[in-house]
Amino acid sequence: MDTNDSLRVASLWHSMHAISQQLSPTTGCSGIELLEADTFDLHCFQSLTGTKFFVVCEPGTQHMEALLKVVYELYTDYVLKNPFYEMEMPIRCELFDINLTQAVQKDRVALLGR
Amino acid sequence: MPPAAPRSGDAIFASVERNAELFTLTYGAIVRQLLTDLEEVEEVNKQLDQMGYNIGIRLIDEFLAKSNVSRCVDFKETAEMIAKVGFKMFLGVTASVMNWDADGTCCSIVLEDNPLVDFVELPDTCQGLYYCNILSGVIRGALEMVAMKTEVTWIRDMLRGDDAYELQVKLLKQVPEEYPYKDDE
Repeated sequence: MDTNDSLRVASLWHSMHAISQQLSPTTGCSGIELLEADTFDLHCFQSLTGTKFFVVCEPGTQHMEALLKVVYELYTDYVLKNPFYEMEMPIRCELFDINLTQAVQKDRVALLGR
Repeated sequence: MPPAAPRSGDAIFASVERNAELFTLTYGAIVRQLLTDLEEVEEVNKQLDQMGYNIGIRLIDEFLAKSNVSRCVDFKETAEMIAKVGFKMFLGVTASVMNWDADGTCCSIVLEDNPLVDFVELPDTCQGLYYCNILSGVIRGALEMVAMKTEVTWIRDMLRGDDAYELQVKLLKQVPEEYPYKDDE
């Protein structure tokens, strides 16, 4: 997936998330947390600052919320503390990418044993 | 899986290695350099506040991620969070909250101890300087990212002869995230 596709998906999700808050029949709804489709699940975590992290995975994958929290911490460390990262811009921080891949790998090993 | 409990500021501060003196010295060097570059004390105050603001907008996410706190119910809880968890987590000092006004929108955060000012004395030429003005910017920036517009000013400053550091935090308004959707278009 190249940058343009990522931006497209992210902006689509941002809008859907916002609309879902307005459409929700329950009061105090803060947006979509889980989207279950035939071929994938989408888990979303929204921080109190409004930044959203979402992960697309195989249907039925467990512990994605924990993974999202780990990604949030990686974001606060490797992205926000990078003085050359401009807020709201696409993330091009190598350290973040490396650590993110490691976290996902660790998660996969823990869940599937491979 | 039960949600993780909020972590105390102590625990987080202890878990990160830090050389406190290097931090104090670095901050001092920044202030000295700003005074040399900008010459006017008012300009330096403004610049420190701006630097603090830029730090605050990024620091808030780290605070939220590491401390695991849930949304604060009201501004009183927010102020307590800043004083007890925030200051502890990032500076290793506890602050206290006092002097609430009638609507609960304005309070003072009082610091007895302030690692930024270890070894510092203000000379006569810098009497208008708010040496720790970066802190007011940090609080203002951080709160802005969680939908609160605030005004943060120094009431008492030990470098100016007072007996403690007192920051007044005033909530101007809540600004929930707006989406450009109009219902009646």
